[in-house]
Amino acid sequence: MIEHALVGLALALGLGGGYLLARSRLRSGRRGAEPVHRILLPFTGAEISVRAIDAALRLARAEEAELMPAYLAEVPMRLPLDCSIPREAGKAMAMLEAIEQRAAAQGVPVDARIERGRSYRHALARLLGSERVDRVVVPAGTADGGEGLSGEDLIWLIDKAPAEVLILRPAPGDALSPLAANSGRAHAQL
Amino acid sequence: MSPGRYKIFLGMAAGVGKTYRMLQEGHAEADAGRDVAIGYLEPHRREETSAQARGLEVVLRRPVSIREVAVEEMDLPAVLRRRPELALIDELAHTNPPGLEHEKRYEDIAAVLAAGIDVFSTVNVQHLESLNDQVAELTGVRVRETVPDSVLGSADEVVLIDLTPEALIGRLRAGKIYPGEAIDAALNNFFRIENLAALREVSLRQVAESVEAKRLTLEQVEPLGTREKVAAEVPKAVGERVLALVRPQPSSQRLVRRAWRSAQRLGTDLDLLWVKRPGDPIEGEVERQVTALRQLASVLGARFLIEEHDDLVAAAARVAKERGATYLMVGESEPRRGFARLREPLPQRLMRATPPGVDVRIVAHRSNGGER
Repeated sequence: MIEHALVGLALALGLGGGYLLARSRLRSGRRGAEPVHRILLPFTGAEISVRAIDAALRLARAEEAELMPAYLAEVPMRLPLDCSIPREAGKAMAMLEAIEQRAAAQGVPVDARIERGRSYRHALARLLGSERVDRVVVPAGTADGGEGLSGEDLIWLIDKAPAEVLILRPAPGDALSPLAANSGRAHAQL
Repeated sequence: MSPGRYKIFLGMAAGVGKTYRMLQEGHAEADAGRDVAIGYLEPHRREETSAQARGLEVVLRRPVSIREVAVEEMDLPAVLRRRPELALIDELAHTNPPGLEHEKRYEDIAAVLAAGIDVFSTVNVQHLESLNDQVAELTGVRVRETVPDSVLGSADEVVLIDLTPEALIGRLRAGKIYPGEAIDAALNNFFRIENLAALREVSLRQVAESVEAKRLTLEQVEPLGTREKVAAEVPKAVGERVLALVRPQPSSQRLVRRAWRSAQRLGTDLDLLWVKRPGDPIEGEVERQVTALRQLASVLGARFLIEEHDDLVAAAARVAKERGATYLMVGESEPRRGFARLREPLPQRLMRATPPGVDVRIVAHRSNGGER
């Protein structure tokens, strides 16, 4: 009698374990097959519009998407395109850290990139060529032709990006600039 | 016949005193009773250098005609016939005129070494092939006569002749490097403080790397002695080096950022290591993340290494030893479940497996629990 009970128990444990294992594999398989939700947030220079970050984070939360902040770096023609760019990387690191901190506070996963190109547009084209994204949230550059993506770049982006593009006009004083924060010139608090 | 010993005097620029030092050491060898001869000397009309050469036997140069212009070159057959114990041969990067035994002087030197003759020679750092682009970028001056890096690597000894940029410019102004009419041009072109400082850094790094390469080569010669004996005889690298253990996932980027900052503060190089399980394919999301890590490493000037191994700790310890790492940075482990709780945590295992003196640092995950 006891032997039967033990065999029954072993069978039940085996079946139960098998079911749990199969269910977990099925789940992970389903997860892998799900479409990727990724929101690209390209930026240049040492500051980025807080409105653009917040918009991208709101979208990412609503769509359970991953945020991909991407620092675009220009490499002059006299240097190889794949050369190391430590000074630019230093700027990018501070920016990405700040964005990641903001994203973490809202529970949004982040997968950051630093992309090099001969121009910002070239860097963006390279990034879009290598990564699949569903949306691009991009802060408009300054009207005076300063740092950032120009109007022509944005038109190009709308025309070429294989994703929905959301261009945000930065409000005055809404720039997030962690490098300036270090020197006591913070535009916005994190 | 065993080949001769090869010693190279490396400098950041003309005028630092490579030839002078080579001659000084040549005299010291001669005073010690060795048969020393100058195979080729280029004194560049510098009085101090010419004076230093006095007392040493010189193998006469041979006249060669290039487009009907007579020049004098090293007479390789005469050096081989003279067969000194030690030959001093200046400017190994020199290109020979057509018609001689070899195209380059470093090839002449190889022939002298092969004959069992020791050689002292000189070269400036911008002649090294791998540094040619970098030096041209730093200084705006590209040299045409290059030598493969393996030439430096093949030397038994590389001696860096170091001088501060200020001291070198002082020598230039005093007319010790170029004659009066060429001084201003040199000061306005190549001999600028920023050029010389950059070249000095490149030279120092080059010698540090060759010392490290030699150290690693010696460590691999275990059959010549016990591991302990070799370890005791081999000079250990001085300085810091950071090794970060990464995985192909987005959270590794934070670890890389932290590791890079540490490396920057220490003024040292960063290596990234992913220990991949044998047989695991690199495809799909893993491939994407590996590409991202490779890109990030390239942007940062770090080295991304992939090791295939069953045992993460053993592989990491081996790479840490090979690369001379002094800091090992790892990401926070996932919460352990089930039987994994019984295992010793990764940082402790790493501490035990890595050579003494290697610090293990854990980089915490970014918390998702609200703003702090």
